[in-house]
Amino acid sequence: MGEIDLSLVNWARAQFILTVMYHWIFVPITLGLSFLCAFFETMYVRTGKEEWKRLTKFWMTLFGINFAIGIATGIILEFQFGTNWSNYSWMVGDIFGAPLAIEGILAFFLEATFFAVMFFGWDRTSKGFHLFATWMVAIGSNLSALWILVANGWMQYPVGMAFNPDSARFEMQNFWEVLFSPIAIAKFTHTTSSSFVVGSLFVITISSYYLLKGRHVDMAKKSIIVASVFGLLASLFTAFTGDESAFNNARTQPMKLAAYEGLFEGARGADIVALGILTSGKRVGDGQEPFAFEISIPKGLSIMAKRELNGFVPGIKDLVYGNEAEGIMSVADKMVKGKAAIADFAAIREAGKAGDDQAKAAATERFKVNQDYLGFGYLDTPEEVVPPVATVYYSFHGMVYLGSFFILLLMLYLYFSYKETLEDKTWLLVIGFFSFFLALTASELGWVVAEVGRQPWAIQDLMPVKMATTDIAVGHVKTTFFMFFVLFGVLLLAEIKIMLRQIKIGPEEGV
Amino acid sequence: MIGNLDLVTLQQIWWIICSVVGALFLFLTFVQGGQTLLWQVAKGEIEKSLVINSLGRKWELTFTTLVLFGGALFAAFPKFYATSFGGAYWVWMLILFSFIVQAVSYEYRTKPGNVLGENVYEGFLFINGSVGILLIGVAVGTFFTGSNFTLNSMNQVSWTNELRGLEAAFSFFNLSLGLFLVFNARVLGAMYLVNNINFTETPELEVRLRKACLSSFLCSLPFLLYVLVALLVIDGYGFDENGVVSMVAFKYLGNLLAMPAVLGMLLVGVVLVVMGVLRTSLAAGTNGIWFGGLGTVLVGLAIFFTAAFNNTAFYPSKVDLQSSLSIYNASSSHYTLTVMTYVAFMIPFVLAYVIYVWRQMDSRKIDMKDLADDKAY
Ligand code: HDD
Ligand code: HEM
Ligand code: HEM
Repeated sequence: MGEIDLSLVNWARAQFILTVMYHWIFVPITLGLSFLCAFFETMYVRTGKEEWKRLTKFWMTLFGINFAIGIATGIILEFQFGTNWSNYSWMVGDIFGAPLAIEGILAFFLEATFFAVMFFGWDRTSKGFHLFATWMVAIGSNLSALWILVANGWMQYPVGMAFNPDSARFEMQNFWEVLFSPIAIAKFTHTTSSSFVVGSLFVITISSYYLLKGRHVDMAKKSIIVASVFGLLASLFTAFTGDESAFNNARTQPMKLAAYEGLFEGARGADIVALGILTSGKRVGDGQEPFAFEISIPKGLSIMAKRELNGFVPGIKDLVYGNEAEGIMSVADKMVKGKAAIADFAAIREAGKAGDDQAKAAATERFKVNQDYLGFGYLDTPEEVVPPVATVYYSFHGMVYLGSFFILLLMLYLYFSYKETLEDKTWLLVIGFFSFFLALTASELGWVVAEVGRQPWAIQDLMPVKMATTDIAVGHVKTTFFMFFVLFGVLLLAEIKIMLRQIKIGPEEGV
Repeated sequence: MIGNLDLVTLQQIWWIICSVVGALFLFLTFVQGGQTLLWQVAKGEIEKSLVINSLGRKWELTFTTLVLFGGALFAAFPKFYATSFGGAYWVWMLILFSFIVQAVSYEYRTKPGNVLGENVYEGFLFINGSVGILLIGVAVGTFFTGSNFTLNSMNQVSWTNELRGLEAAFSFFNLSLGLFLVFNARVLGAMYLVNNINFTETPELEVRLRKACLSSFLCSLPFLLYVLVALLVIDGYGFDENGVVSMVAFKYLGNLLAMPAVLGMLLVGVVLVVMGVLRTSLAAGTNGIWFGGLGTVLVGLAIFFTAAFNNTAFYPSKVDLQSSLSIYNASSSHYTLTVMTYVAFMIPFVLAYVIYVWRQMDSRKIDMKDLADDKAY
């Protein structure tokens, strides 16, 4: 595979981070707000009251502004795997392409078709059909999330496939394993439920603004009730599915777990750090104390990760240097096996070319023994398997603190709505006003945990990111990076200004 | 049951599916065609709004079909996806840019506070309809004229031209195909708008549209003729039973003669487009779009089939013939193609609801009343 141009990898990554995090500004709003619009419209159809219709139409306007830019940014991602990660696309296209195509067939057309009805069909279709269309948009968006997260989950935990030395790529063996992988399910449930929180808090933020200003009071209160019930249920489910994700990580990506928990030394009955500051400049194996300051809950980590009081949770050190007592192989040993796998693979190709079937069969046998370590053969040092610990650790803790805070916030909103004193609670409305921005932050942090935490792997243990790029001069990637950067900046500015203007205009008032 | 089909059959099925999606996309480029007609046919705000609102109810279908085309190629022919997108980098990137700017333009164009102003968003729509479609044509042209790449023993692509795909735009054949698609999109756009708008209050718009249909068609003719004639005489990239690629004289002519059904599609397709144009421009018909649309789909299918069937390399390499991709060496595994074929059974269902909704929404033509709606573009 030749030598690797690190600046190329880094620019390709920068571009991926830019585009995907940008896409993710709009996606969670779409996922959450689409259901809220469906709830609002259902209220309208059931009560027949015009004010629910005006309210629905108002939120739909904001939905549309957000949706358009979500679509604009989505198409880049679909093609970017090919343009910037073509080695990756070839190596795993047999597995990874399928969910992307299925997403197109099963989800995007639902969204695209019924979106037109939702927007322009108010007096072209019956009330019932219109409501149906709104629900279809919500279901379609969330179905698209399913397929893309199946794809992403597979990268984190590659199942249902095998390496085919003849074609020099990974090939799918079992579609159901890919689809129902526990990681894919955890990702789907956690990502959609957390996006419902984002969508709900979007509604809460704008409604709180109206209440603070004393405008559109009735509409704002109605919106808040629906959004806080939905948001609270979603928040609780988010915490539950997040915990499930962590439990999964313990089995499938222990390094990620160790990084976001800041666990350098593994232990039985490991404590969980509830609040802590990492020692800056701490490296694995340097003997420094990991935390400059910490408050821990005894045995918490073992309970979360292993569901038992004294389960062994490996730390970063165990995972890098091995721990014989607990049966953990060191990365150095895995690298030896990985290099053997690469050599055997080359031998298979040689023998194949020479038409020597016997030598080929023998090399294939040897290859199979070590194939699970293939990716390790491309590493230069064992320490390379450690992701940026501080980034992952703080992102994770930020997400969890915010998640707990949202539960509290939404309970307060519901309580005071029930007491009918929400309007007087200016302090709460001010906090609520900021909640959407916090939710979006939590959501982006979640992806940082999931994605930075799996570095250096593009496909866990099988393919490091640096092997995944297209063979291209770095200048091209740099140029497109800046083109995206400028274009995104301008479009985001336009989006925000249009959104703010529409919020200012507000819903149509009844007579 | 699908699992019992042999790999070759599955590969052919999937080329047909990808071709159908691609051909439907070409039909749906009536949206892009309408976008480039905007300045020419619509005078004044009202006419402009009518056109944009009419197109604005359909643009997502075109867009999504393009996305699906990319996704289907990725799933069924990943080696093509990796080679072409990674290799012909700039062609695809520029196409992407032209679709990114399209996606926001309808929604943002007339919204207050949109920063860039109405004209810029209309400019975006124009770029999408012209540059975007032109480059898609150029990319399809390379199916016949070949590209500059080699694949190593790991099937990784190296591109041998520093323009990274843009060099394809300097081929007269590719450029002609691109320009043909641009003008054909305009023909379709005019037909669609004639069908979709209620002109009682804007009779001149109708007259201009019917004229534009004819003039765009006349502009497209030289490029179509050039492409067809060139196709019949150029050498093509064929391969033998061992997969060894070589240049074959009159390859594509040979393909058409060997596959009379494809030749038939091409001829019937062209005739249908001409009929659509005649009905729209010389008679007062409003259903030209269905003739033009079906004709475009048939021509599109004929192009894709000629490129890949009858032992032809559909993504040939000019610099290293043996690196060329065919549907037999670029596809997914038997297992994946089987899974995907089951999924493809959903496509007729998707088509059915798209058509049902389309009919529901278009049962009444777009008129001034729609412009007054608060959701109007
Ligand atoms: C959890 C959900 C989720 C995630 C992780 C992603 N997306 Fe996305 N995407 C959506 C959820 C979504 C959505 C909610 O369905 C969008 C946003 C706005 C919209 O219209 O649909 C969308 C739009 C959207 C579109 C435009 C669809 C259309 O034509 O209507 C494409 C092509 C993609 N996405 C592709 C991707 C790719 C290749 C991703 C992987 C890197 C990705 N998305 C991450
Ligand atoms: C939309 C939500 C997502 C966000 C916000 C996100 C975030 C990120 C981030 C921050 C990185 C950079 C890690 C690093 O280099 O340090 C990354 C890398 C990557 N992600 Fe995700 N991700 C998302 C979804 C996905 C999905 C759904 C997929 C696959 C289907 C995916 C595939 C990748 C790939 C291939 C990389 C490699 C590039 C790299 O490592 O830099 N991501 N992502
Ligand atoms: C309340 C407690 C929470 C816990 C215990 C939790 C836990 C986790 C864990 C362990 C991951 C990594 C999963 C992986 O890499 O496979 C993750 C990812 C993520 N989190 Fe959370 N989370 C919580 C709250 C939230 C909140 C409030 C949001 C946003 C509103 C959020 C959004 C996300 C997102 C978008 C991802 C990336 C997708 C994924 O990997 O599933 N999380 N979370």
